[in-house]
Amino acid sequence: MTSALWTHLFKDLRIEWRSREAINSMLFFALLVVVLFSLAFDPRGAFSRDIAGGVLCVATMFASVSALNQAWAREIRHQVLDAQRMAPTPGSQMFLAKVLANFLFVSIVQLILAPVFLVFYNLHILGNAWLLALVLPLGTWALVANGTFFAALSINSRNRELLLPLILFPIFMPALLAMVNSTTAIFTGEFDPAIWVKLLAAYDIIYTTVSLMLFDTILHAE
Amino acid sequence: MKKILLGLFAAVTAVLMVLGFQLAASAPAEMMQGDEYRIIFYHVPSAMVAFLFFAISMAGSIGYLAFRERNPARALAWDGWAVAGAEVGVVFCTVVLITGPLWGYRAWGIWWAWDARLTTTLLLWLIYVSYLLLRRFAAGPQMRTSSAVLGIFGGIAVPIVYISNRIPGQHPGPVFGGDRGSGMDPVILRPFLWNILAWLFWGILVLILRHQLELKQQAAAAREAEQALNA
Repeated sequence: MTSALWTHLFKDLRIEWRSREAINSMLFFALLVVVLFSLAFDPRGAFSRDIAGGVLCVATMFASVSALNQAWAREIRHQVLDAQRMAPTPGSQMFLAKVLANFLFVSIVQLILAPVFLVFYNLHILGNAWLLALVLPLGTWALVANGTFFAALSINSRNRELLLPLILFPIFMPALLAMVNSTTAIFTGEFDPAIWVKLLAAYDIIYTTVSLMLFDTILHAE
Repeated sequence: MKKILLGLFAAVTAVLMVLGFQLAASAPAEMMQGDEYRIIFYHVPSAMVAFLFFAISMAGSIGYLAFRERNPARALAWDGWAVAGAEVGVVFCTVVLITGPLWGYRAWGIWWAWDARLTTTLLLWLIYVSYLLLRRFAAGPQMRTSSAVLGIFGGIAVPIVYISNRIPGQHPGPVFGGDRGSGMDPVILRPFLWNILAWLFWGILVLILRHQLELKQQAAAAREAEQALNA
């Protein structure tokens, strides 16, 4: 935790505070996905509990891609990224600041979406509801950390907005599986989510570590 | 010299493939499944070869990143192993994903089960297809670095796959070194091992040829760039 990280973080938060682009677009997109799924599957009773976890995770996933694509696009304009390449601070600080900022944005979207979700899907949570406070941040972190990394990785390629979901979703799928299984376990109360929560935590630790180690390589790929 | 060795290797591979096929066809029928179990001689060796080649691809990616600045020529050779391993691995993984449902339909009555092992094999296939897509999409000199990084991310998924092998599900547990009752009768085990060897040799042969092709393509691209500079 150094001043470079805080500088990057506050800059990203200030830009978002002034424009609210990322949060607004994610919020509306996630709302659309939730409505589309409830129209497509007509969720009622026990069935809504079975699919609610999956819909929540997939809605978050699709929505966050739109924001992650914009996360680095801002830095390309006016060669800001080139200036940051020359800055004497490690790139991992900038990466971590971006992950923290986007993590905050996606979490806010989830918090606003939660009541809508409970209403549309008529949810009565049968398991330990407080465990959601652990599972959702863990899953969101997995999504945002990998997403920010891959957005930076695909920044120099053709069709980068198309490429990001193509390379992010396969890598994110183990985490999605763990996230969906643990939220379904919490909603239905039918089985113990412990093993899936552990898998999710392990995934977060492993991939965040690797991202931090390899980010400078990506940033300085000539 | 290299060509003679490769020809010799190809000849040994051909002999092994014929031998493996004969042994697979002449092995006695299994007690529960009859003749249908014979697909094990193709399904399981392909899975083993696919996993091995994904590991080679990851090693190639790490080697590329390690030598990228110190020794560009050697780094390019490592990158060749990364792309060859991923491509040939995807082909073998495709064989696994085609033979699996065929066998599953006859043995379980369903084409596909979303259990841990099937799901994670499909995931690995998707990850390496996305790796090959990135190699197509990402243009310019940073393409190799980006894809090497993605290759490492994909390789990390392999141990996660391995761990989830031990979570019980529809797919049979580990046949070797598993619980009591695991293992194979020697009359089936012998042709099974010969087939693993045959498919491994075949895979390595294709891998080497693909690697040589990649080196030739790299050399051609370098020549073209030089001509463009001198023109």
